Amino acid sequence: MSRYTSATVADREQMLAAIGVDSVEDLFEQIPEPLRLGRPLALPDGMSEAEVYERLAELAGRNADAEEQVCFLGAGMYDHYVPAIVDAITQRSEFLTPYTPYQPEISQGGLQAMFEFQTAMSELTALPVSNAGLYEGPSSVASAAYLALATGKGRRRFVVSRGVHPHSRETLATYSVGYGAEIEEVGIEGGLTDAGALAEAVDGETAAVFLQSPNFLGAVEDVEALGAAGKEHGALLVVAVDPMTLGVLRPPGEQGADIALGEGQPLGNRLDFGGPSFGFFCGTETLMRKMPGRIAGETDDADGRRGFVLALQTREQHIRREKATHNICTAQALNALAATIHLAWLGRDGFRELGELLLRRGAYARERLAAVPGVELLHEAPIARELALSLDAPVGPVLERCADRGIAAGYPLGREYPEYEDGLLVAITERRTRSQIDDFAEALGAAVAAERQGVAA
Amino acid sequence: MALTETPMQRERATTIYERSKPGRRAAVLPPAEVPEPPLEELIPAKLLRSEPPALPEVAEPEIVRHYNRLSRRNFDLDSGFYPLGSCTMKHNPRLNERVAALPGHARLHPAQDPGRAQGALELMWLLQESLAEICGLPHVSLQPSAGSHGELAGLLLTRAFHADRGETRTKVLAPDTSHGTNPASVTMAGYEIVKVATDERGGVEMDDLRAKVDDEVACLMLTNPNTLGLFDENIAEIAALIHEAGGTLYYDGANLNAVMGKSRPGDMGFDIVHVNLHKSFSQPHGGGGPGAGPIAVSERIEPFLPRPQVVRRESGNGSGPSFDLDLDRPKSIGRLRGFQGNFGVFVRSYAYILSLGADGLAEASETAVLNANYLKARLAEGRAGERVPVAFDRHCMHEFVLSGKPMKKQLGVATLDLAKRLLDFGFHPPTVYFPLLVDEALMVEPTETETKESLDAFADAVEQILAEAESDPEKAKQAPYTTPVRRLDEVKATRKPVVRQPLG
Repeated sequence: MSRYTSATVADREQMLAAIGVDSVEDLFEQIPEPLRLGRPLALPDGMSEAEVYERLAELAGRNADAEEQVCFLGAGMYDHYVPAIVDAITQRSEFLTPYTPYQPEISQGGLQAMFEFQTAMSELTALPVSNAGLYEGPSSVASAAYLALATGKGRRRFVVSRGVHPHSRETLATYSVGYGAEIEEVGIEGGLTDAGALAEAVDGETAAVFLQSPNFLGAVEDVEALGAAGKEHGALLVVAVDPMTLGVLRPPGEQGADIALGEGQPLGNRLDFGGPSFGFFCGTETLMRKMPGRIAGETDDADGRRGFVLALQTREQHIRREKATHNICTAQALNALAATIHLAWLGRDGFRELGELLLRRGAYARERLAAVPGVELLHEAPIARELALSLDAPVGPVLERCADRGIAAGYPLGREYPEYEDGLLVAITERRTRSQIDDFAEALGAAVAAERQGVAA
Repeated sequence: MALTETPMQRERATTIYERSKPGRRAAVLPPAEVPEPPLEELIPAKLLRSEPPALPEVAEPEIVRHYNRLSRRNFDLDSGFYPLGSCTMKHNPRLNERVAALPGHARLHPAQDPGRAQGALELMWLLQESLAEICGLPHVSLQPSAGSHGELAGLLLTRAFHADRGETRTKVLAPDTSHGTNPASVTMAGYEIVKVATDERGGVEMDDLRAKVDDEVACLMLTNPNTLGLFDENIAEIAALIHEAGGTLYYDGANLNAVMGKSRPGDMGFDIVHVNLHKSFSQPHGGGGPGAGPIAVSERIEPFLPRPQVVRRESGNGSGPSFDLDLDRPKSIGRLRGFQGNFGVFVRSYAYILSLGADGLAEASETAVLNANYLKARLAEGRAGERVPVAFDRHCMHEFVLSGKPMKKQLGVATLDLAKRLLDFGFHPPTVYFPLLVDEALMVEPTETETKESLDAFADAVEQILAEAESDPEKAKQAPYTTPVRRLDEVKATRKPVVRQPLG
């Protein structure tokens, strides 16, 4: 017996007798002898629960988390407050430990939660159909591309704004090698996608146009205006959105998007160093039968009771195999449930108020930080909750100086945008108070000044 | 209508939207603390939303009650036996939840500077090393989000490997017993799937394989033990065939729980393996995720691994090693997703590996195999042995497949009916109608964390259902009776899909 097994010596003897073998090793004889390991794995011995806890706590202690630092990092994942009821409900065994709801009669809780999630995401994006979630943001973008190829009647070109998250663009490029598509990127002017270049890039071979709003530099794009060129050529319009801004920003479904998707982490999910979170994926009615992922639907039971099932399963790999609309199986159901609870907790008014708060604190932070000597706005386009600065000092050392004062100052844009080598992306959530923003402005000013004067850190 | 309607059946399902009333709310937000200009001064009016989304308006106590009520309409692993084949529904230790929730893990931003995330990167590196040892392959990428994502990664790696040698190959082989994700991934990766037949012992049909192997074959995808729960004894020969033809060998790790510490895919000749951390390594399934599907690969595949890769660097100055995210990988296939992967899953699985250790992992696989063979033996007795015989009568590994064909023919009771009747006995049914080559298949995977008593109770329930079906087959055909809802109309849900709540 080890930690989580319970066969006693007596159990084992009875079981072996019933099977008709002398030892458990006999059962492994179907593995040819040369392929049996024949030695213990080169791993440490098992540990007690207390020891494992201490070891993991020690590792966790060597990370600068958002409890220890004031976190202005964003770039797709944000330090929002996750209400206590999210943890309480998602940690219930009944939600935590079932498998995918293949037996709907005993999975009504999970299926109804998916249905409520789909309703919420459909409301947020103003598109009629939402799936029950995908892995996360960037791979959802690649999944939209796969859908665009399936509906694109042989078109194999994607036009992508450089305002789309760099990880999304990289993921799209990785997948495109497989499904055989070419990608053309369109640059940014004044913080916003270059509309002229976009119109020029789109042609009759374009399967989809990809935008993000707010884009990676925080700027709110005029999706409808940008999307017009693609519409003319019959390309799908795919828009990545920050779900937390959709209480105040015009939703993609009202701006001509065929697909709206994105990283779901801001909704009820913790940072977790990048996952697990979830991706959301919403579309028009016409795309419903080509969508990736699970979709819950309402139906009746044999006695006429209301119930929920996995709908449209003939799209899926376990039924359709090589003809499936996607290969996805296990995705992120529990993370989507967290979002559903968080959105219910925020509610109609709270969600809008939170959006307003982000806009106003974002505007305040922008004004405050741009007033710091040696700091300028990287662009002046309207923003929601994330702002791009340009520093008159090397970004890396400035970040170090801020970190020494307990502030994670933001995301260095130079990592993925060589054209913004001096760029810094700063994110606001409802947890970033005015005094934290003020302290940050002061620390940033001191750090930039010190670097400009060549003061040793 | 069933005569004895249960209290839960009497309760009509209502959604959170149907509990909504204007003016109710739960959240209280912090004060703005900053100037509050009209939004039109911040954002052009045409880019602002006119009507907020119609989210529900409900107070916190009712939200809690609503979702607690919903939770009781789920069956779950903590409540009972869940022998869902190929899904490895083993116990989910709560310790793992506790350590994953530590702020140093849960509130660590993914773009944190690696220098200030050393604990997290070391944990990832340690998990990589552990999985490498378990799989018998030297290099690991933790990035893929689930098994199917790992498959896609593996096929893209295969493509990059061949392209690097100046080759374009078009076909991927997989047995007719393979998981549905295999062919779906093959299509996504731009390859053509070619099915290989299964022989009378449940392994790959070697003559069929030989006939299909040529220089157009990029890869063979295999699960070993396969989805019949049987170890393919010809694996060394299969590997040699594929390698001689210049292809790669991909191991679908969904069934790794059978062989941890007993046999290693790398030693069998596989180049690429995905590991479902939500199966063998105890990450809770969450009703359909999250999971994670790390991949382990051989030396020749390593240059193509996704970016970024967690690396350990020796300091060279006497201080300890440091850990970093390596982006400088010129031959890499690139990213498969944002940031570094499902880190929270890595924490849980690493805690599990630490808890069990080398011996514990091997013992887990041994007990999984023991439990499966014992339950198979129990189900070979009595009515079950006659009505739902095992499809391939030999020792199995961690799971086995029964065929409900005689039951259907003799009693008119289909596999689906047996599955639904099991619900009334408080069991989750096995996986049904998979693998496809077995008629009326029932795929049973008990896992190591079940007691002999649970296995006996399940075998007894099957026996009782079959006895009942001999005198009253309708009982099973109309089942279930005691679940929150009875058999659901899935056709209607597909023909006229209602996929969201109509509002307004």
